[in-house]
Amino acid sequence: MNLQEFKEITHNGVWKQNPGIVQLLGMCPLLAVSSTVVNGVSLGLATAVVMALSGACIAPIRSYVPNEIRIPVFILIIAVLVTVVQYLMNAYMYGLFVVLGIFIPLIVTNCIVLARVEAFASKNSALPSALDGFAMGLGLTAVLGVLGAMRELVGKGTLFSGIDLALGDAAKDLVLHVIPNYKGFLIAILPPGAFIGLGLIIAGKNWLNLRAEQKRKSTAPATPLTSPEAVQG
Amino acid sequence: MKRIARSTLQTAVNLVFFAVLGTAVLASTYFMTHDAIVKSEEGEKLKLINQIVPTALFDNDIIRDTLTIPASELLGTEGNTVAYRARLKGEPSAVVLESIAPDGYSGKIWLILAVRANGELAGVRVVNHRETPGLGDYIELPKSPWIKGFDGKSREEYKDADWKVKKDGGKFDYMAGATITPRAVVKAVNKTLIYFEQNRVKLFAVNEPKKEETK
Repeated sequence: MNLQEFKEITHNGVWKQNPGIVQLLGMCPLLAVSSTVVNGVSLGLATAVVMALSGACIAPIRSYVPNEIRIPVFILIIAVLVTVVQYLMNAYMYGLFVVLGIFIPLIVTNCIVLARVEAFASKNSALPSALDGFAMGLGLTAVLGVLGAMRELVGKGTLFSGIDLALGDAAKDLVLHVIPNYKGFLIAILPPGAFIGLGLIIAGKNWLNLRAEQKRKSTAPATPLTSPEAVQG
Repeated sequence: MKRIARSTLQTAVNLVFFAVLGTAVLASTYFMTHDAIVKSEEGEKLKLINQIVPTALFDNDIIRDTLTIPASELLGTEGNTVAYRARLKGEPSAVVLESIAPDGYSGKIWLILAVRANGELAGVRVVNHRETPGLGDYIELPKSPWIKGFDGKSREEYKDADWKVKKDGGKFDYMAGATITPRAVVKAVNKTLIYFEQNRVKLFAVNEPKKEETK
């Protein structure tokens, strides 16, 4: 795997093919746990770990698995990995485990995991597959984090509430009360808030893409030497 | 035909191999993490108990000094629950009870209560509920100190008529717009205290040494 490949896989996972806002896979946890930054990012990272591990585990054995039973075998491996992650979280991050609860086992059913294994790991070697899984997971984490921040800020006026569950009691001071004495805006916390927030994020990404394209078009005819914008772009 | 049978068998063996491998990985992870999981679960329970039973109130191993309580109408429970007994120098000082308020705004509200040996409430916490976020959820401690209003209250101080929200002529605060939730909690707490009065002796009875331990 050379640097070019590395860059491409990472760029694909985090931005171009972002599972949360481009592929629109993995919506179930996206909408359910993104009520705060901490919840969203924690579940995103757990998913990223599972995706990296499943990529790394499935790529080396891909030639030994008959085509007819590859889906059950992949699901079996993913389920094993998710359960291992669940045990580890239960043992060493109990507070967070209680918060994420049912959503950790649900990573198995998150179609983004199987989708990447099927689309990438079953055709590539271990290292790029692990990277692809991890990059996709990070892309999902980023979306969950942004969505969580939006919902938390609008809904509760705080940021990073519950961070002590993830990082221990010492992190309690990291909670930001951005808007003091905020009465809360309920709909942002309830499920509709997730749909509205996700819609805004997708619109935002499309707008950025569109702007980048327009910029490219408008600066393309000019030569870099004469146009300062081209240098910036 | 033979070839088909052969490839089918191969596929089956392949699948079985991965199933066995997966099970082995899971089993070893389970055994590796089991102790840590039990420990963190007990730690979490103790943290919750410590919130409502001051540490100065007991010197026994409260997590293991338990009593199984059958389903009770006064507690609102439909199955067995576990009571934790706090003792200081062997004398009973408080008991931790689980109770369910069946009539919250969106269903049941799970409570955990600590009652001192003299019938005074040491503390009440909501363990689980489905009340409207931002409206009825002020019964949770992080959201509001409302639930601390029960601390030190007893049925000696407040008579039956007082165990209501102020709107209904009782002594307990509520927030406008969400009366059903606190009403349910106050009622459940009162009923739990009645249960405590009726079963005080049983609740603090010292466990007979269990048969399993002598094995």
